Amino acid sequence: MSTESLIVFFIAGVVMVGGGIIVSELVAPTSKNAVKDETYECGIPTKGESWVQFKVGYYLFAILFLIFDVETIFMVPWAVVMGELGLVAFIEILIFLIIVSLGLLYAWQKGALKWD
Amino acid sequence: MKFDLETVLFFSLAVMAIGSAIMMITRKSPITSALYLILNFFTVSGLYLLLKAQFIAIIQVLVYMGAIMVLFLFVIMLLNLQDEKILKEKFTYRKITAVLLSIFLFCLLSFTIYFGFSGKFTAMSDKAVEIGTAEFLGSELFTNFSFPFELASFLLLAAIVGAVVLAKKKFE
Repeated sequence: MSTESLIVFFIAGVVMVGGGIIVSELVAPTSKNAVKDETYECGIPTKGESWVQFKVGYYLFAILFLIFDVETIFMVPWAVVMGELGLVAFIEILIFLIIVSLGLLYAWQKGALKWD
Repeated sequence: MKFDLETVLFFSLAVMAIGSAIMMITRKSPITSALYLILNFFTVSGLYLLLKAQFIAIIQVLVYMGAIMVLFLFVIMLLNLQDEKILKEKFTYRKITAVLLSIFLFCLLSFTIYFGFSGKFTAMSDKAVEIGTAEFLGSELFTNFSFPFELASFLLLAAIVGAVVLAKKKFE
């Protein structure tokens, strides 16, 4: 598949999703009023700010996810050429995986994976 | 200049990229800025596709638009920006430095654009399509660039350790 067809695929995706939203916006009956735009909270009038400070645990999980996401992406070109390069590539990815796993072990040891 | 599909796509993507970047830095709410940054990443990934770098383009969508933006949103929520007025700054040395650095960057970019349009770096290699694939990347990465590849794992390790150390107060 050439690059042009990928671009056309992207545009078709955008048009399908965007077109669906636009058409439903045009066709659907609407009635707008101020009460509808209010934040819904169990039918009770809302109090205070919606900005709350998140737990740092979310950030730790997000960064762990990111790191193993990047690791997986390094494994894609490895998987493609594994057959050609053989043992050398296998040992290289093994060293890579061991080093990254040390990070996971460290985080585990420090209790970063616990949710309290 | 030829008026073909690639030119049209390039200019529409470039205009979108600049537009979303301007919207990103002028929005007041950090969440809105983050959403415009996603649009910017998307257009840049389109530009990568035009440069025949398919693997990089897909990674741009997966890692930047997916994982890194989630991280950005969590950081924004961690910061607890209740009052957006705090973000307003007076005319300080920091601002002067920022202006000077922007002028420097502008000069750098205009030099690049000038030499780009003077016909020196305009031609794309015939091998561009071949170079952009995961196969080519893999065969280079695991032979000629195996040492930088292993160093990347240390970078990832440092990122994990850094994040855990910074957040450690919570666990003690």
